[in-house]
Amino acid sequence: MDREKRNHLIRLFVAIAAVYIFITILEFTLRPTSIVFTVLRKGAIYSLVAVSMNLLNGFTGLFSLGQAGFMLLGAYTYAILTMPLSVKQSERVYKYYDCIVQFDTGVFIGLIAAGLVAAFFAFLIGLPVLRLKSDYLAIATLGFAEIIRAIFQWDVLGPLTNGANLLREFKDLSRITIPFTDIPFPPTLFVFIVVGISILLIVLLINSSYGRAFKAIRDDETAAEAMGINLFRHKELSFVISSFFAGISGALLAMFQYTVQAQQFRTVLTYEILLIVVIGGIGSISGSCIASFLYIALSEWWLRGLDMGTFLGIEAPDLFRSGFRRLVFSVIIMVIVLFFSRGIMGDKELSYERFRNGIRRLVPGRRAR
Amino acid sequence: MRKTLLFLAVALIASAMVFAGGSSESDSTVVKIGVFEPASGDNGAGGKQETLGIQYANSLTPTVMIGDTEYSVELVIADNESSNDRAASAAATLVNAGASVVLGSYGSGVSIAGSDTFRVAGVPAIGITCTNPQVTEGNTHYFRICYLDPFQGTVLANYAYNELGARKVYCLAKLGDDYSGGLVNYFVEQFTALGGEVVSETFPDGNSDFTSYIANAKNGGCEVFFSPVSTEAAQLIINQADSQGLGMPILAGDTWDSNVILQAALGKDVDITVTTFYPEGADPEFDAAFKEWVNADSTRLANNGGDDTISAVTAMGYDAYYFALQAIQNAGSTDPADIMEALWTTEIDGVTGHIALEQVNGDAIRNTVYVKHANTTTGGWDALPAVVVD
Amino acid sequence: MADFFQQNLSYFLSGISVGGQYALIAIGYTMVYGILRLINFAHGDVFMCAGLMMVYFSSALPFTLSIPAVLVLTLLLGFIIERVAYKPLRSAPRMSVMISAIGVSYLLQNAALYFTGGLAKVYPEIPVLSKSIQIAGATTRVVTIITPFLTIILVVLLSLLIKHTKMGMAMRAVSRDFETSQLMGIKINKVISMTFMLGSLLAAVASFLYFTNYASVTPTSGSMPGLKAFVAAVFGGIGSIPGAVIGAFIIGICENIIKGGASIFGIPGSGWTTFSDAFTFAFLIVVLIVRPTGLFGEKSVDKV
Repeated sequence: MDREKRNHLIRLFVAIAAVYIFITILEFTLRPTSIVFTVLRKGAIYSLVAVSMNLLNGFTGLFSLGQAGFMLLGAYTYAILTMPLSVKQSERVYKYYDCIVQFDTGVFIGLIAAGLVAAFFAFLIGLPVLRLKSDYLAIATLGFAEIIRAIFQWDVLGPLTNGANLLREFKDLSRITIPFTDIPFPPTLFVFIVVGISILLIVLLINSSYGRAFKAIRDDETAAEAMGINLFRHKELSFVISSFFAGISGALLAMFQYTVQAQQFRTVLTYEILLIVVIGGIGSISGSCIASFLYIALSEWWLRGLDMGTFLGIEAPDLFRSGFRRLVFSVIIMVIVLFFSRGIMGDKELSYERFRNGIRRLVPGRRAR
Repeated sequence: MRKTLLFLAVALIASAMVFAGGSSESDSTVVKIGVFEPASGDNGAGGKQETLGIQYANSLTPTVMIGDTEYSVELVIADNESSNDRAASAAATLVNAGASVVLGSYGSGVSIAGSDTFRVAGVPAIGITCTNPQVTEGNTHYFRICYLDPFQGTVLANYAYNELGARKVYCLAKLGDDYSGGLVNYFVEQFTALGGEVVSETFPDGNSDFTSYIANAKNGGCEVFFSPVSTEAAQLIINQADSQGLGMPILAGDTWDSNVILQAALGKDVDITVTTFYPEGADPEFDAAFKEWVNADSTRLANNGGDDTISAVTAMGYDAYYFALQAIQNAGSTDPADIMEALWTTEIDGVTGHIALEQVNGDAIRNTVYVKHANTTTGGWDALPAVVVD
Repeated sequence: MADFFQQNLSYFLSGISVGGQYALIAIGYTMVYGILRLINFAHGDVFMCAGLMMVYFSSALPFTLSIPAVLVLTLLLGFIIERVAYKPLRSAPRMSVMISAIGVSYLLQNAALYFTGGLAKVYPEIPVLSKSIQIAGATTRVVTIITPFLTIILVVLLSLLIKHTKMGMAMRAVSRDFETSQLMGIKINKVISMTFMLGSLLAAVASFLYFTNYASVTPTSGSMPGLKAFVAAVFGGIGSIPGAVIGAFIIGICENIIKGGASIFGIPGSGWTTFSDAFTFAFLIVVLIVRPTGLFGEKSVDKV
């Protein structure tokens, strides 16, 4: 291993460790109801699903719009599995049905199962749709997401899914504990750990020979095929893995918002994630993460004032009324799509060198090199 | 160059917002009451009217005595967009803004969805017109000042069976909506217990074509069309019931007590009966003063749906505000935990009647349901005899 | 049989009428796709905007003025969207253009959300269209009867325009081969603008018919009809106008049959209505897998 590469790895490790230490410190110093935690948790969850979408759209060149459907599968699997048996048997959640899942599992099994169920359905759906080309694929995956949503709202499956009603009182972020103890697990740290491990796995995959095959397919299908890459098998692999992580992020989303309902996994959710991927840069993992945190911070925190009458100290209740935030937001998105179509990172990754060069460019005095 | 500019812009906005967005720590003599209501989406119209009631009460009584100190009351309003997934983040906004107690919401689904955020933060919430039992069931932080669906559903079923003489009813609920789904469920329970027959269907989110459902009701030989859905869907149902010649009475719950319904039904061939919390005219003094307040400001008038009809939810919002003030006074502190404790024993005499809570779930003890009939020529409500259950 | 038909007439009537309205929207999709190979996700929202414009105009102007005003402004909206959001990306990858379309759709919906305050707006009653009439025992509105005929008349006019005018010829040439037609001196941008304007115009007409039937407009009113119209366009073979129209009628009728399933076929148990929207997508996927080019679509060849 050459020196450059080792230095790079060490820096990366230090940076990641710093993030986790920072989160831990925040957990013990800030008020637990602080909006900072909302932003960090939701931002991390969106990072994972954005990265999983980027794996498909950015690295394999498959334009899929089914992410919301796979998140739904993950969220429901997790919620149904980890809801304590006593809750299932009571009238509190399954009010109109008798729950047929007569056991409950732990958080870890729930999360893995969430990913596996999403991956399994992705495998089945992938068999027919991955043979379709670009925009047909997009519309077919979008259609499947809608079908999944309808199935989960179906009365007949009520004993499993509680019909179209809310699921709650499962092991959400306020109910997780450190294994073998009753001490509550710091919730933001938990989200970061799960998301961190997942993204790490995706990065390892992308840097493996499979990842190179994915990129070859993205750049030129015909050439990739000629090089002996099995197109369908690799597309299916990418689709299944992406859905696995979308399922896990769906489960995390359910944990984060304490309740889950099929209704919320509409096409709009997929569009939102797609726009995050575009803002971050199609083909950049770190870009997707940065964009997710920015997007969530803007929409949940910094721009809230646009909806609530006062913004940056300006009081204008007639202008800053409900809905203004989203209007401003969509204008920003259009500007990015039209004028900065490569997004924040393009297809590059965040690195110390780029950061250093960026600083140098910004500070004219140190330009000489 | 472009990229540098983009980076600069983002950095600038970000740094500016960190300061703007940071929750400003309030001075010590302010108590914040969170208003957790929809201002957009399916239930936006009703949510705005409920908020008006709270704002009106706040304009009359903007302070509260805690011990010997006079605190001014600040309303923090967050829009939950009638959507269960937005509810959690609206709730988080309120909690982060430092609300001592939260009022709301119109619509049961969003209340259930936001509930856990309040639970985790230890902030008590007072449901105003969310009638689904699940809102308060099995928790100690959610209270409620209105009656519940099992009660309302039973009253409605009895009304359909006895007063309207129906033996077969068509029930239409919105898929995944806790309010209409729950109410239809309790209605069906009671109606079949009485010996009646029901046809029950649901429509998906975003549906605007109700002609087939109306045809189903007609072809099924039903005698009453029971559809306690949001006002948004109600407008469409009324309109299409008129053009398709539904030919049977429409029965609905408290959501339909809104001037949106009156405006939609004006001049149409429809027969609409609703149950509600408060009939206009029950407290003339309140009515007159509120109307004056609404007419004084064009924004308020627009939020009330363009005229000065008093919706029951407005009166309920008004009562909820005073209920919260009383609880704060009883607690003698702005600490959410103390208020939560004090709420159990709080009682007031509101415009919608005496409000006291039972001690299991923290629901109001109510025994009266008011019944109204839409007058399609005058565009107002005709009061029918109220139903009192002992 | 006659009895059966008599009893269920209202389902077929609403199916045919909603099908006609989808057809008018679907034409916009199919023409744009034929020329730019772009799924114009914003088309359904243009349709919604036409509805909202009518709500605002009719409160100030008489119908004789507000209807033409809505037609002209919707046409302009289509033109502006193309110029601002799609033209700068003409040489960009197809995915970027599609993302831009999603962005426009998001923008239009949020703008509508802001201006309406997120509440449903009541659509005005257009005098002749919204009258109730009786047909063979079923009560319905004049608009239900008019829709299929109006749709067919407009489609015939459009086909004539495409077959016999110079602009129509240019459109066909561009959809056949984008680059060659450019070399032949066809002003590509003019043709594309024209396509968007025609599509938007038909969407505006569809909005009159659709919202007269379902009298309220919300910011998301356009998304479902838009998606369904798109499915219709795919089913008919994207790029083919008669295909889109036939597809739209089939989808409209099937959807209403599903909603009325319990009553028409006497299937007990509820819950099937849950699938009235999902059915459209299931249908789409089957079509894509069995016959990706649709009913009348042309086979495309991948060039290496």
